[in-house]
Amino acid sequence: MNILGSLIKKEAIHITRDRRTMFITLIMPLVLLLLFGFAISTEVNDVKVAVAVDKHTDTTRDIIQALDVNSYFTFEGITEPSEVELLLRQGKIDAALILRTDGGATTYQIIVDASNPTVAQAAVSYISGVVEHRTSSPVITRTLYNPQMKSSYNFVPGIMGMIFILICAIMTSVSIVREKETGTMDLLLVSPVRPVSILIGKLVPYFILSCIILAIMLTMAYTVLGLPTSGSIFSVIAVSLIYIILSLSIGLLISTMVDNQVSALIVSAMLFLVPVIMLSGMIFPIDNMPLPLQGVSCIIPARWYIAAMRKLMIQQIGLEGVITEVLVMTGMILVLLLAQLGKFNSKK
Amino acid sequence: MTNSNIAISVRDLTKCFGTFTAVDHISFDVGKGEIFGFLGANGAGKTTAMRMLCGLSYPTSGSGTVTGFNVCTEGEQIKRHIGYMSQRFSLYGDLTVAQNLRLFSTIYGLTDGEIKSRMDIVMKRLDMEGMADARVKSIPVGWRQKLAFAASTIHTPEIVFLDEPTGGVDPVTRRKFWELIYQASSEGMTVFVTTHYLDEAEYCNRVSIMVDGRIAALNTPAALKARYHAETMDEVFRTVAKNAQRSE
Amino acid sequence: MNLRILGALLRKEIVMMRHNPIIPKMIVGLPILALLIIPLVATFDVKDVEVAVIDNDHSLLSRRIISDMDASKELSVMAVVNTHGEAMDLIEKDKADVILSIPQHFSRDISQLNVEANGVNATKGMLGMQYVVSSVSSTLRDANMEEGRNVPDSLASVLYRFNPTLNFKHYMIPALMVFLIIMICGFLPALNLVSEKETGTIEAMNVTPVSRTVFVLSKLIPFWVTGILVITVGILIGFFVYGVAPAGNIACIYLAAILLSLVMSGLGVTIANKSATMLQTIFVMFAFIIIFQLMGGLFTPIGSMPEWAQYITYAVPPRFFNEIMRSIYLKGTTIFELRSQFIWLTAYAVLAITCAALTYRKRT
Repeated sequence: MNILGSLIKKEAIHITRDRRTMFITLIMPLVLLLLFGFAISTEVNDVKVAVAVDKHTDTTRDIIQALDVNSYFTFEGITEPSEVELLLRQGKIDAALILRTDGGATTYQIIVDASNPTVAQAAVSYISGVVEHRTSSPVITRTLYNPQMKSSYNFVPGIMGMIFILICAIMTSVSIVREKETGTMDLLLVSPVRPVSILIGKLVPYFILSCIILAIMLTMAYTVLGLPTSGSIFSVIAVSLIYIILSLSIGLLISTMVDNQVSALIVSAMLFLVPVIMLSGMIFPIDNMPLPLQGVSCIIPARWYIAAMRKLMIQQIGLEGVITEVLVMTGMILVLLLAQLGKFNSKK
Repeated sequence: MTNSNIAISVRDLTKCFGTFTAVDHISFDVGKGEIFGFLGANGAGKTTAMRMLCGLSYPTSGSGTVTGFNVCTEGEQIKRHIGYMSQRFSLYGDLTVAQNLRLFSTIYGLTDGEIKSRMDIVMKRLDMEGMADARVKSIPVGWRQKLAFAASTIHTPEIVFLDEPTGGVDPVTRRKFWELIYQASSEGMTVFVTTHYLDEAEYCNRVSIMVDGRIAALNTPAALKARYHAETMDEVFRTVAKNAQRSE
Repeated sequence: MNLRILGALLRKEIVMMRHNPIIPKMIVGLPILALLIIPLVATFDVKDVEVAVIDNDHSLLSRRIISDMDASKELSVMAVVNTHGEAMDLIEKDKADVILSIPQHFSRDISQLNVEANGVNATKGMLGMQYVVSSVSSTLRDANMEEGRNVPDSLASVLYRFNPTLNFKHYMIPALMVFLIIMICGFLPALNLVSEKETGTIEAMNVTPVSRTVFVLSKLIPFWVTGILVITVGILIGFFVYGVAPAGNIACIYLAAILLSLVMSGLGVTIANKSATMLQTIFVMFAFIIIFQLMGGLFTPIGSMPEWAQYITYAVPPRFFNEIMRSIYLKGTTIFELRSQFIWLTAYAVLAITCAALTYRKRT
């Protein structure tokens, strides 16, 4: 135990001495949560729209006024139909509504910049909403769980999934590989210390660091971002700890795959970080992926963690709702650790 | 020594890192063509002093000239007239022997014709003919050190600085390495060398011993031995360095 | 500046890059992989919205609403249940995205329909809700028309410009090239420089008369070339795999790509100059890259950000490149119309390269 203690202490000193890296590991989760919480949004608002009218009537005045006061639009003014194409191409407007009065009836045409299909579709449906609103619709809409449709809630689990991979996997693998490079790992391996102690000595400090970050992120999520606290915080923490352990095991895996720091970084970034961002459902919904990629996403640990966190934190389902996710993650940990240990022992 | 015979001249050169004084008011002169040994325990300030002379580090105070240029203000001019080989391996492992030599020759402004003739001489001198296309990281450490020496002197500099050039090298190769040093010296090159091996100190024309950032002794090996009533440089070193406060 | 020395240093960089076990594979492999896989993934196209219907009306009209919905491309009715509780259960198990409740006697007096969407995935929830609303409205309109009732004004037409098939991939391909240049031209020079620091070879360079401009350029130029290669691979894959060809001038695309490579490689070298270890370099670089990607409008529209955040994006160079790429690629906008973006990007390029040269210290 004494040996283990001093190994842990050595690693802890190593981590805390690099102030800049420490600063980034602690600040980055905060910055990401704030950006996602308050700056970045996938919902479409602020559609820049212009109107072209051939004859001003009461109807056209009503519509223009409705567009002007609607918070989803920035009304860019009245323009000529011939100008619309140019304004769209220069990115000055996202959509144009062309109103033509023929006899008593008004016809509408929407011309929209479809380079971003999501914005285009949303813009079309907002504009049609404004136009049709004057004829009352019987449909009443409401959103569950996330009443203001703020995407920030949705991103909290994703950011947590990414940060832990970054800290646990990249930091541990680089630190182990650095010891390989400088030869201090051989020094430890020829000493009478058991290999398990060496590994635990490496992992414990990063585990503690991750727990601190978990605490910071949860505090932020529940206070600044205003995530509802009615769910079980205890299960959120429990599942997060499982994921942290899983990420540490991935760090170990990378460290056995490569023998220099640059490779460790590239492997962890290419094989783990990019897939986490792309395939875990953090930003892009898994349902939209083609089936083979949905299959691939099943072996990405963050996918299960993010799914579990969404249920626990946002839908506020109890621990019993995330049993599948927890089992999958535990299984991954066991497979990874057993494989590592075998490899590490055989080396000695 | 007259001025025209001086390669390095240093007065009260000092380097502080925060409150720690690594090099503390050192003064000495090195004559042209001399082999000057720079001894000291780990942490005595040898490497720091040498880095200041090579224009890699700014002195905190004091003054000095290397090949006639001011160490405080003319670092870049100094670099044109010196060679430097560090204790850390200073060649590119992924490049071949020839590629490394050609790279350093070009950097020092040798013409293509000069590069070719210099490389032929060097490869012959190092007994490395036929190894021109071997990648540096695949050849043994001793050869690499000789090669690094060749690369740092390829442009026949006025002074070559060697920072523990024979660290980790076997005795036979060390012997060969010193033959290279003598050859360079006989061609008029000044050699400024730090070393841990006290038997190597015997090969130097003059030796200085640094203790805790100061120069504690400076003279020819024979004079030093006489003064401290010692048989070997090893004994001299132990007498001089016994009161050292710093150690690693 | 000594071109002969620069040439020798560049040859050295190229030999070293070629001998690295991972970097050449990454330069070729990453763009191909990213362009083949990410467009399949990075889509906000909302398809397969699952609707749970609570039908308390059991009328001809309610059944018609349901079958029309199921027939539409975006929606599928996954269950028709009796109580709100059952429907909520389906939402919680993530089986349904939207709930449509049809009250009793709805067909007799068309009063009120409730649509509720799962807001966990805001995009899917919002668009799913709109799909349901428009499907229901069109069913009701048709029904009204058949019965000869007064039909409200309808939209004459919608014209989708620049991407008439509403293909999200067309939108993503230019953005992916931005992503690739950020990753490759940012990380690699930083790693390259800091690994020379760790092995000590940089010392051997510092003690030679090589000027810092020449040395820094020898670190940067290979990655500008890499940036051009990446863009070329991107354009080729875009054309042959996805059938997207730039609508505007290719030369402008290359010009912009070179400018962004300058910015990113300059930033990478600056960070490496200021860092002591590999891990530090990577973490600082990573912080920049993630913020660049998120705030640059690659995956989420800048127009959706609050005003203060939109001001911050002016400090994010990829934002301008992203605008340039998308406008030239999809809309065929001219360089003159994009002059302000080009000026911003050039200014950042000059700044980044200057910083890279100034922060490089031959002496401490």
